[in-house]
Amino acid sequence: MSYSNIAVTSMLFAVFFDLFIVRTQLLTKSIFWTSYAIIFPMQLITNWWLTSRYIVMYNPNTIIGRRLAGAPIEDILFGFSLILATMSMWVYIGKRLNRK
Amino acid sequence: MLAFTVVGSFWLEIALKVGVLRRIKRLALSILPVALVFLSWDAYAISHRHWQFDEHQMLGVVGPFHIPLEEYLFFIIVPIAAIMTLEGVRQVKKHWPVGDEL
Repeated sequence: MSYSNIAVTSMLFAVFFDLFIVRTQLLTKSIFWTSYAIIFPMQLITNWWLTSRYIVMYNPNTIIGRRLAGAPIEDILFGFSLILATMSMWVYIGKRLNRK
Repeated sequence: MLAFTVVGSFWLEIALKVGVLRRIKRLALSILPVALVFLSWDAYAISHRHWQFDEHQMLGVVGPFHIPLEEYLFFIIVPIAAIMTLEGVRQVKKHWPVGDEL
């Protein structure tokens, strides 16, 4: 699988995870989108840092080639799924621990 | 990059008293399963040469599955920063539902 394929799959899985598996439904909440709006520009800054200094290099055969702030566009999907999955887990685990 | 992320988010722990680091059990249970999945992806991507790292700009410590130490730290620090951001927003917007309220 290419980076593009895995990135799309991971985003779909994170969305499914939030809405239907742990049912935290963060995607329907202002708290998530506000937090994401803060994190997203930070991701662009770090992506630019890591790619402009050639700390991380991507294989052109595995990406579609469109870039944002130096990094492949796929990286936006990667970041989105990491953030959504993490926050969903945090809320899900928190709810379970609070119930005890 | 990791230092930037730490500086950019961990001040919330003090300034807004988000208390993320204090809830260590909840933090570990949230972060570790996600990190495991993403590190598997990282291992696959490294072995299939989706991405590579400049070894001159690395600490030089490489862990299991040829994953550099920085990548392991990335999948711990970035999720903590994301959770601190969420909790920081909650402190400012106390009436917004999150979903874990008692």
